[in-house]
Amino acid sequence: MAATSTPSSPSVSAVPQSAKKRKRKNGGSIGMREATPLTYIGLSLTILLSVFPLWWMFVVASRDTAAASARPPYLWPGGNFLENLERLFTNTTANFTLGLLNSTISATAVALSVVFFSSLAGFSLAKLRFKGRNVAAVGVVLTMAVPVQMGIIPLLMLMEWFGWRGQITAIIVPFMVSGFGVFMMRQYCIQAIPDELLEAARMDGCSTFRIYWNVVLPALRPAMVVLGLLTFMTQWNEFTWALAVLTPANPTVQIAINQLNQSAYSRDFALMFTGSVVATLPLLILFFVLGRQLIGRIMEGAIK
Amino acid sequence: MTLLRRGAAPPGDKEATSLPRPGNDAVTERERRQIFWTRMDLRVTPYLFIAPFFILFAIFGLFPLLYTVWVSLHDWTLLGGNQGFNWFAHYTRLVQDAKFWNSLYNTFGIFVVAVVPQLLLAMYLADTLSRRIRAVNFFRMGLLLPYLTSIAAVAIVFSQLFGTQFGLINYVLGFFGIDPINWQAGRFSSWVAIAVMIDWRWTGYNALIYLAAMSAIPREIYEAAAIDGASRMRQFWQITIPMLRPTIIFTVIVSTIGQMQLFTEPVIFGDVAGGTQGQFQTTMMLIFEEAFRFNNYGYGSAIAWTLFMIIVVLSALNALLTSKIKGA
Repeated sequence: MAATSTPSSPSVSAVPQSAKKRKRKNGGSIGMREATPLTYIGLSLTILLSVFPLWWMFVVASRDTAAASARPPYLWPGGNFLENLERLFTNTTANFTLGLLNSTISATAVALSVVFFSSLAGFSLAKLRFKGRNVAAVGVVLTMAVPVQMGIIPLLMLMEWFGWRGQITAIIVPFMVSGFGVFMMRQYCIQAIPDELLEAARMDGCSTFRIYWNVVLPALRPAMVVLGLLTFMTQWNEFTWALAVLTPANPTVQIAINQLNQSAYSRDFALMFTGSVVATLPLLILFFVLGRQLIGRIMEGAIK
Repeated sequence: MTLLRRGAAPPGDKEATSLPRPGNDAVTERERRQIFWTRMDLRVTPYLFIAPFFILFAIFGLFPLLYTVWVSLHDWTLLGGNQGFNWFAHYTRLVQDAKFWNSLYNTFGIFVVAVVPQLLLAMYLADTLSRRIRAVNFFRMGLLLPYLTSIAAVAIVFSQLFGTQFGLINYVLGFFGIDPINWQAGRFSSWVAIAVMIDWRWTGYNALIYLAAMSAIPREIYEAAAIDGASRMRQFWQITIPMLRPTIIFTVIVSTIGQMQLFTEPVIFGDVAGGTQGQFQTTMMLIFEEAFRFNNYGYGSAIAWTLFMIIVVLSALNALLTSKIKGA
């Protein structure tokens, strides 16, 4: 599906600009419809529904378990958050501290690795000349279309052979490259890096790796940030594989909160929700820092 | 290849013998080495750059996937290891396994219950967001917020909200005179609860995709239609929807592939068993249960390979549909 639209797609940075221009131009034209009060009511209701579960999560996390079932429900945070936090990090069944550490390490390592290898391969496929380049580019797209997650059982066997089962290596190494990342970097290279720039560097006697390091990488920075964020997020959220290969003794954050969810006989909602807050917080921070770039990226992907 | 060989062979080389100046030997030697390395760089480095991707994908993506077929044709357990070839025994068991058909039924059922309202709602939201509107970035960010949260964390919160006795959803429904629903107990009610979790996360994301596609439709078409007296409703159905068809198909394909592997939400909602009667056990959950709870790698692989084939067939169908519509 993506193969049909490879060559002429706009770049990451170019689209928000052109979209902005289009908006301005249309602002005065007749074609743009006016918003009615109903529009705002509908949208506000949607936003309310989007935010409410997260708000509710924090309300219960800052109170006690009884608050989750109080009638009428509490809708405002209480003062127990720090206390719950302390209970969370000292809870022995969840190993939450270790989980947080493992998630941070693995998501950061995978994001860095994916960005590095994707920019390397994307640059090569977009700008270097070699035999079999087109075949390789099609191959990358094909890897995106194949649901490799169905190989989960042999992958686990592979981890056993390597002695990685239960180790955090097992949730890093299999995810170190991404077809989507290579594809995205290739598209961006085609758009953002003029051939003249590379030729000039070549004339100055730069090796290919120096060109990559000193010319290509700086030009790719905006796309690398978005790819890094998306990868971090996916990796932070990884659940199926982590549940298969890790144990509660050495978990990720997701496995730790699942442990709280499954193990407690009478469920301690305040504790579970505090864990959920901590598991969500890094993603929310990333969202507020980079959300607009991400919106640009998602909307650009749609036009292709 | 020829260039490489010429650079690599020092004394018998043509260039070397044609320049028999003993005094400058050091210089030519250095130059030659430089030319050699530049050529090597031009020829080999492109492959070195793409090699990590293909090698790692082959080891951790392609090999496990293909090896699934091999394992599925054997009696293979965690403790016993490979217990020998058994042809298609796992597949004949699979066809008769009520749990497998149940899991497929659930997977497709949740898919329909989740995706149809999700895409309709996304379309509506995109339509409202394409109007001239204040604080458009605030609304966009608000729509994307659920997409950037921890799936497991949100599933925990929703599971509590869907609680029978103390859940807020039953509490709110109570105002409309609806008796408390035991969401996990029934097949359809559990599907609805899981679909709500999925839609909460993905509706805004799809709305943004539709919004981008809508803003690419030339305004002149709408203006011409308005002059011809077409109502807003008619413009939406006869301009917007046909122009968005490729995008709609794209979102359907992506949702199909994602939903066939549905796992996290139902697992947090219940367990890998998917409720007391397996009323919300998806196929991915069944694979997990067979392989990692009952440690039956062989049978688990057979289910995994079957699900893989289903996804491939669905993707091919979708692709066929796309090309047909594009051609028409």
